[in-house]
Amino acid sequence: MDISLSHVDYRYQANTPFERLAIQDVSIDIPSGTYTAIIGHTGSGKSTVLQHLNALLVPSEGRVTIGDREIKAHKKNKDLRQVRRRVGIVFQFPEHQLFEETVEKDIMFGPMNFGVSEAEARIRAQHALKQVGLGEEILVKSPFDLSGGQMRRVAIAGVLAMEPDVIVLDEPTAGLDPRGRKEIMDMFYQLHQERQLSTILVTHSMEDAARYADRIVILQGGKVVKKGTPEEIFSSPAELLQMGLDVPEVVRFQLKLEEKCGMNFNKIYLSIEQLSSAVAEQLGRGVKS
Amino acid sequence: MKKEIVSLKDVTFQYDGQERNALNQVSFDIYEGEWLAIVGHNGSGKSTMAKLLNGLQFPKEGRVTVCGIELNEENIWEIRKKIGMVFQNPDNQFVGTTVEDDVAFGLENMGIPREEMIHRVEDSLNRVKMDQFLSQEPHHLSGGQKQRVAIAGVLALRPAIIILDEATSMLDPRGREEVLETVRALKNEKSLTVISITHDLEEAAKADRMIVMNKGEVFREGTPDEIFSMDEQLIALGLDIPFSVKMTKAFREKGIQLSKHYLSEEELVTELWTSRSRM
Repeated sequence: MDISLSHVDYRYQANTPFERLAIQDVSIDIPSGTYTAIIGHTGSGKSTVLQHLNALLVPSEGRVTIGDREIKAHKKNKDLRQVRRRVGIVFQFPEHQLFEETVEKDIMFGPMNFGVSEAEARIRAQHALKQVGLGEEILVKSPFDLSGGQMRRVAIAGVLAMEPDVIVLDEPTAGLDPRGRKEIMDMFYQLHQERQLSTILVTHSMEDAARYADRIVILQGGKVVKKGTPEEIFSSPAELLQMGLDVPEVVRFQLKLEEKCGMNFNKIYLSIEQLSSAVAEQLGRGVKS
Repeated sequence: MKKEIVSLKDVTFQYDGQERNALNQVSFDIYEGEWLAIVGHNGSGKSTMAKLLNGLQFPKEGRVTVCGIELNEENIWEIRKKIGMVFQNPDNQFVGTTVEDDVAFGLENMGIPREEMIHRVEDSLNRVKMDQFLSQEPHHLSGGQKQRVAIAGVLALRPAIIILDEATSMLDPRGREEVLETVRALKNEKSLTVISITHDLEEAAKADRMIVMNKGEVFREGTPDEIFSMDEQLIALGLDIPFSVKMTKAFREKGIQLSKHYLSEEELVTELWTSRSRM
């Protein structure tokens, strides 16, 4: 399912003295099956864009297309439930939203709320739990007796059980330790690949964006300032740094090598593996191995 | 000679209804004026330790001593004047309606006279570079700015020790750097002792000393150099290694000779430059 934002403005508290323009003239295309990272500092408009992706917010100007549904400014946009079922959002700290007596009931809540039968929801809960890497034995447990990492996985399973076509992740690894972070990111990447699940990652981590996404959108001050593949985005790192944005550590390190060691590379490397090979080649021959 | 300011001796702690000890026979000292980073996977006991240090919880067995006083239920208020805590979520610790009210809150609680209070509020906001924001409301501030106000609130109470309990984990990279810079400057000018509980290995690499927690026990204690030479072992513990150490490793695998594992990118670049100029 394709999603696109076309010239979207959004004003909070419109027509009051507190009116604030949060995003301005934002156009983003998210074709089906892609992995898109939306990056920006706090206050860049990331969360406002995110809430347009499943029509939690309706644009003040412009148009959002989600599959075959169009959501336009100044129009009555009725029955947005189907849209919301198809675009699942994993909010920050999703474990704060767990509320049911058992893990199974909690995961079943979403699908049943969208009209799925109890029997079907139960099957989906088992399946979703497997997808997030948890064993069936915890279905009967209270979600509040689980560890932080497990709770987060259960909350994610609740979104997956709605069988969305698109999944939106808002800083999904905040507060996890490095291993937990990698496990969750790898899990989403696997789901993305195996099920062709369109994935939209909202993050301030340039590292994750460079590693997982095939397209990156950079927001600043409520506007899209750059979009493209990771290679395109990071090919002019100096420009990004000038805009007060970060670049991945590998890119920053390559810049230092160029500045201080007078090395010249004809492209930007996005992994330690590639950069170290390129450096070895340049130093090569002269240095004893 | 290093003087210990906090000391844990055979501390064991268990939460109600849990079978496993959250902390098991933990002993270590923290020295005056140092920056100690405590790292460990989720559930390793890091945050429990912070709660024991200022009497939010009490050990089941063992002793916690702060500034020479053994912690018990009678003297926690005395101890809390000496240890300030900054927590993870910037929105959960802003209690005032404006920046200056927020900083004054702790002082009012302690019954500090008004004249003195005004002076301390200004002085501490000055130190965290938030003195331009005195009458701002919290929702006008970024996460990093809110955490700096939280630090000012702690500073106003003139503590000897400040504990950062994952205080930068919810901030974006810029906010994180703002907060760490602020604390570093304060530590240098006021000889504060800083205990930072963190998942941020880059931050830990800049500490004076590190403690690695695993399953409620102290796994290893040492300088960042010593700790990060554990390499694969750290990854097995659910942790990570800083970027420059990974880079050094990759270079070595490619046959580039380097004299050590570097914790700083600058040093690594310098050695590469040296080996290049020898060619």
